[in-house]
Amino acid sequence: MGAIRFSGLPISTVIREDGMHPAIQGLLTIAIGVSGCVGYFYLSNQFVDKILFPARGPNAGRNINRANMIRPWLFLLPAMLALGVYLAYPVFETLRLSLTDRVAGGGYEWAGLNNYSQMLAEPKFWEAMRNNMLWLIVVPAMSTAFGLLVAQLTDRIRWGNVAKSLIFMPMAISFVGASVIWKLVYDARPPDQDQIGVLNAIYIFFGGTETHTWLTLPFWNNFFLMIVLVWIQTGFAMVILSAALRGIPEETIEAAILDGANPFQIFFKIKVPQIKTTIMVVWTTITIVVLKVFDIVFAMTNGQWETQVLANYMYDKMFRANDWGVGSASAMVIMLLVTPILIWNVRNARKEMQ
Amino acid sequence: MSDIAGTRPALRWVVHASVVLLVVLWVFPTLGLLISSFRTGDQIASSGWWRALFPSEQNLTLRAAPPETQVLQDGLYVIEGNVFDGERASDITRWGVNSRAIDAYAPGETAELRRGGTITVQANGDYRMENTEEFAGKRGPRVFVTTTLPPEFTFENYAHVLFNQSSSDSMGKAFFNTLTVTIPATIIPILVAAFAAYALAWMDFPGRALLIAAVVGLLVVPLQLALIPLLKLHLNIGIGKGYLGVWLAHTGFGMPLAIYLLRNYMAGLPRDLIENARVDGATEFQIFTKLILPLSFPALASFAIFQFLWTWNDLLVAKVFLIDSSGQTTVMTNRIVELLGTRGGNWEILATAAFVSIAVPLAVFFTMQKYLVRGLLAGSVK
Repeated sequence: MGAIRFSGLPISTVIREDGMHPAIQGLLTIAIGVSGCVGYFYLSNQFVDKILFPARGPNAGRNINRANMIRPWLFLLPAMLALGVYLAYPVFETLRLSLTDRVAGGGYEWAGLNNYSQMLAEPKFWEAMRNNMLWLIVVPAMSTAFGLLVAQLTDRIRWGNVAKSLIFMPMAISFVGASVIWKLVYDARPPDQDQIGVLNAIYIFFGGTETHTWLTLPFWNNFFLMIVLVWIQTGFAMVILSAALRGIPEETIEAAILDGANPFQIFFKIKVPQIKTTIMVVWTTITIVVLKVFDIVFAMTNGQWETQVLANYMYDKMFRANDWGVGSASAMVIMLLVTPILIWNVRNARKEMQ
Repeated sequence: MSDIAGTRPALRWVVHASVVLLVVLWVFPTLGLLISSFRTGDQIASSGWWRALFPSEQNLTLRAAPPETQVLQDGLYVIEGNVFDGERASDITRWGVNSRAIDAYAPGETAELRRGGTITVQANGDYRMENTEEFAGKRGPRVFVTTTLPPEFTFENYAHVLFNQSSSDSMGKAFFNTLTVTIPATIIPILVAAFAAYALAWMDFPGRALLIAAVVGLLVVPLQLALIPLLKLHLNIGIGKGYLGVWLAHTGFGMPLAIYLLRNYMAGLPRDLIENARVDGATEFQIFTKLILPLSFPALASFAIFQFLWTWNDLLVAKVFLIDSSGQTTVMTNRIVELLGTRGGNWEILATAAFVSIAVPLAVFFTMQKYLVRGLLAGSVK
């Protein structure tokens, strides 16, 4: 491992000449990247078919078979490289890094579980853990509940699709954009001035005497951050659950109506049990999003005022404190938390394929 | 068949009302930022954005013309003019001449001036001062008016944020940088994944089931784990920080979902179609490009939208693999975070910058929603 510098790298990107119009520069890089990719598939197939195992001459039959044995791997190679290098290898490398310390001047030394014990001794880590647990409970629960509510309510009304589309919209907005949007909602002015944040305006309207800077209220500010993610994820839950609700056989509902069940009984006793697996899928998918959530906390509070979460804690350790050991250890904690879902998913997928 | 909505009229109204409430709750935050981006900094700071839609009542302090403009008419000294003096004219509802009673008079009424004489102000701002003696002093008397201003919006913020290259608030370069990241980072994974998905769906080879299981497993691996190992790798093999690195990273991180979505879709295509093509002597490459790719268009579109939204909106991957200390390759999300730090109170800049970045994904969302929904339904692991 040579010395690694983080900034001012001499090794440049494909093209970077200052002065070229950014639009032209962009188009050029796009053209190179995409044509390189198309080129690989076309040329490698040509190579196998025409040069390595040509389907003519005395060995034509054998050659076709051989070409067909190689081709799947030709098709798979770039994808497997991408998966292997960008997702599988980092898991093991991160594990290794979490067990080593960087030595000044380059190189690593074995550190055993030191990084982990150092991390466990930090109050900021436990704060991140506590907050992450809160996020893991509140965000999937609220997103799924709201999603189910909207899916059910909009199911039978004429403008339901418009309503769904509007509630689904935040899905397209970046976490950073959403952070700006909600920072305006939470904005606070002194109580004698006109409020420009909706939340404080409502608070004052209903008789509040002083305004709050919501994002600095310890403990509760976590919920104000979570609302942003719930706002984004509800649309996702709604789309999936709405499709599941429509898939419920009508006879079961008709039978319940004939038996005199009221609408709430139909919903909770007939419909919800039938879409239980879908609810689980939605819940776990949002759980994974929550574990990765970084941008919202980074942009809105940066972990101040006791709002730290694991992903941001890790970013802090790796790129601000430059402590790769503890940073990797916290990344492993995130990995550990997704592992049950990973196993569950793989098991389900295998069951489905058989 | 009847349902919760539809059994009883009262319940029906409750349903409509709750949906309206939910929609309002979900749309309001975005609407607030959109409206704010069309207001000047002063307007944003002085009143909530929800007031911007309605005419607003404002108290203005204006001044009548100075005494030197007076003329002698029929033995009276007269000064005439308009209090708005060419500024934005609007209807006056109340007016006054004393700062302690700024709404003492209605338009058309006549007030006594403290330093002698009278003044009459009309609703449109025209005034007439009369005095039997000469008006003295250097400056004209102050006139306090209460007016209702119509809603006013401006495009200046957008001009400033988009086209003012010299300004530190400029998003123009970041916009192109984001585009440069996004387009190859969307197209390359689709190409790579489509070939792999076809192999996994329709070709027979040892280890296929294992590979599919691996893809499903990698679907949930948090990309946080990949940051340091891959940055190290990029630096060691000479890619460094730059577009190539960020494309490769996005390709890798998007790959499991791409393969998963596309394989599921391709596996559902009719078997006869592919067998027939094989019997007719088409090569696998031909089958793939001429048959499978066109037929898989809906799945390709679904994934393309996901990947586009994800790469356009991404902050973390760009921060780690692209943005170096020169700041030449910054992307929009990163610019916005920087602005949040330096321009935290300048909502006109923040709102506009955020909306420049949000506008493109929103346009994609509303035009391609069908494919997005379809992709979501296919993509959630059942």
